[in-house]
Amino acid sequence: MEEYDEGGPEIVKRFMYVNRRPPHGTIYALECLEVVLITAAFEQFESLVFMDDGVYQLKKNQDTTGIGTKNFSKTYRALDDYDVERIYVEKESLEARGLTADDLIIQPEILPTDELREIMAQQDIVFSS
Amino acid sequence: MKISLLINEGPFTHQASDSAYRFAAAALAKGHEIYRVFFYNDGVNNCNKLSEPQTDDRNLVALWSQLAKDHEVDLVVCVAAALRRGVKDEIVADGFRISGLGQLVEAGIQADRMVTFGD
Repeated sequence: MEEYDEGGPEIVKRFMYVNRRPPHGTIYALECLEVVLITAAFEQFESLVFMDDGVYQLKKNQDTTGIGTKNFSKTYRALDDYDVERIYVEKESLEARGLTADDLIIQPEILPTDELREIMAQQDIVFSS
Repeated sequence: MKISLLINEGPFTHQASDSAYRFAAAALAKGHEIYRVFFYNDGVNNCNKLSEPQTDDRNLVALWSQLAKDHEVDLVVCVAAALRRGVKDEIVADGFRISGLGQLVEAGIQADRMVTFGD
């Protein structure tokens, strides 16, 4: 896209990325993260959701040595540097897997399904991975 | 209405590309505009002109190319996802172009609706 004027982008939309799959086993989590980082450059109103097995993407102490794939989990810590600050985790998904906020590599906002549903309804664009 | 499509799966293994194609054709027939079709994840394989399905089956790559030709639809293949999978300019069918992920974000910004086809 052409560069924005100094005043910022002409159109700002609400982009939400919903991660529902585990970090490894398929490429979806990694390639979603790549889109998230690019979107940050467009100065849109961006948010991330982790739910279902997607909550494992934020699990601390991931080690991919045994499967020979890239351990990209530390990149989630860099989201703050990209000004991606709205990161939500579904409370029910976390609890169902015996996880708590202390198990996560970053400090997202942990919300129950009802509240997440309301936030989703406000989005212009929802990408699900 | 101005519509953008995102296709996240390759041809044949999943129905995503078939559904997206039929959606695009139907939308165009109704007078809507397809602003862009973006191919991501294994979806980048939809542009491979070396694809040669059996003659009694549909040829998705050719169908997309024809749609692009008939309606000037912008078919964009993600460069990062493509390189990973060995999809390069020399095997890209007519009507497709390889470009960056920014094209997906821009497609979302410019279109009235973004519709995803995936698994």
